[in-house]
Amino acid sequence: MKRYSFSSIFTEGFRDNLGWEKAWTKRQPKKEYQIIIVGGGGHGLATAYYLAKNYSITDIAVIEKGWIGGGNTGRNTTIIRSNYLQESSIDIYEKSRFLYETLSQDLNYNIMFSPRGVLMLCQTEHELRAMKRTSHANRINGVDTKMVTPEEVKEIVPIININGPRFPVLGALWQPRGGTARHDAVAWGYARKCSDYGIDIIEQCEVVGVKKKREKIVGVETTKGHIKAKKVCFVAAGHSSVLADLAGFRLPIESVALQALVSEPIKPIINCVVMANTVHGYLSQSDKGELVIGGGADGYNNYSQRGSFLHIEETVRALVETFPVISRLRQLRQWGGIVDMTGDRSPIISKTPVDGLYINCGWGTGGFKAIPGSGWATAEMIYNEKPGKLASPFSIDRFLEGRLIDESAAAAVAH
Amino acid sequence: MLYLFCPTCQRDCDETELSCGGQAHLIRRDHASSDKDFYKYQYERKNDKGIIFERWRHVYGCGKWFHTARCTITNQVFGSYSAKEVQPPKSILANIRRSRVDFKGWVK
Repeated sequence: MKRYSFSSIFTEGFRDNLGWEKAWTKRQPKKEYQIIIVGGGGHGLATAYYLAKNYSITDIAVIEKGWIGGGNTGRNTTIIRSNYLQESSIDIYEKSRFLYETLSQDLNYNIMFSPRGVLMLCQTEHELRAMKRTSHANRINGVDTKMVTPEEVKEIVPIININGPRFPVLGALWQPRGGTARHDAVAWGYARKCSDYGIDIIEQCEVVGVKKKREKIVGVETTKGHIKAKKVCFVAAGHSSVLADLAGFRLPIESVALQALVSEPIKPIINCVVMANTVHGYLSQSDKGELVIGGGADGYNNYSQRGSFLHIEETVRALVETFPVISRLRQLRQWGGIVDMTGDRSPIISKTPVDGLYINCGWGTGGFKAIPGSGWATAEMIYNEKPGKLASPFSIDRFLEGRLIDESAAAAVAH
Repeated sequence: MLYLFCPTCQRDCDETELSCGGQAHLIRRDHASSDKDFYKYQYERKNDKGIIFERWRHVYGCGKWFHTARCTITNQVFGSYSAKEVQPPKSILANIRRSRVDFKGWVK
């Protein structure tokens, strides 16, 4: 792989940029692999990458139904934070945020990580109390967050209206090390590095069946033929239930559409991420100048990748009250993704009833921020054939055992 | 916007009046059941990509529950039926077969 560096840009500049290689090689499947990762989004690619990097396994295929970065990795609002309430969530999300800090250097690919700060507004007394609790939980577990006053909020985000009248800002939880990153670049960077390690990235290849022998996995049936494997890991977000059906078990997951939108590009007006849980909306400004806005998920199961219009209206209506300055902006694009929601809004990184089959899913509305940490933990689980410290709290059994990791209040908005 | 027919009010209602109650025709379990059964009832819902049968409640209306058949890919609705039904009525299944020839029928 040709390294991206100042000198390579300089020399290519003199050669009409003809010397660049494709970022990753498009492969056709071999007959057999040691490990197959089903799902070529951020989490799947990160899993493959950490298997290669931490455990030196490169006989891996990453199978993607569509194209790399075409699923939820390219459909989210790119927010990275780790201000969660429960210890086990803090561990994995903070690990993830920490890995993001040096990811550009590790991958030799600029993922444009921008730790610009994440502000979670408190607009009711109850929310203020809950956020104080979260900030204490963060402090105990070594996550750098603090509560700020309405005046400090106004200082951080001058365009905000803190006086209400309906939902005055009473305070906020501030995580200065949170921020955003270029989401496509995360997928592309991982794909490029995986390809460099010799991992096969197979796009346009859908899994249509799972081959088992006495409840042990032996391979997958795909649209590009049968592929044998000793271990398989499903990392398919919203379509996890469909894959689990093929393997003969059910997951405690329901798939719903979650949507986001961007405004027309404007000059810089906001330099951090603001989340407003009470009024159901969050926003940040991309480097292109577009305001990236997200809101609530649909209230019913669907795989439509569109989302209902009323949620856009709801989100924008709420944000206009908190940020009156954006009221005249026009919407440029809107899109939807299918998110996999668990009952406790925490992910599943687990073994499954099928021997040799692993699963990483259930990230629901907040998977992007977890990509490196989730890949790290999943790789550890696949290599050791049992979940490590990061992944073990997130097993499927927790629902049966009643050991839920309740993060229903941790999302940017209540879903 | 999703429009569903409320069998009690005998009219179409839009999504904003309704609240989805998840998978229909579940067998209810209580504290006396085994952990496994309760887990299946509480968490292991069908999450099909395709035709599903689900419960809806006309919250900002009559407040009554009803059942609906819907496709989760296209959001096409195949009609509503009473919450008293323990399985989808024949008329609804016929409705689905009319546009989905490969529909295999309702699975418990």
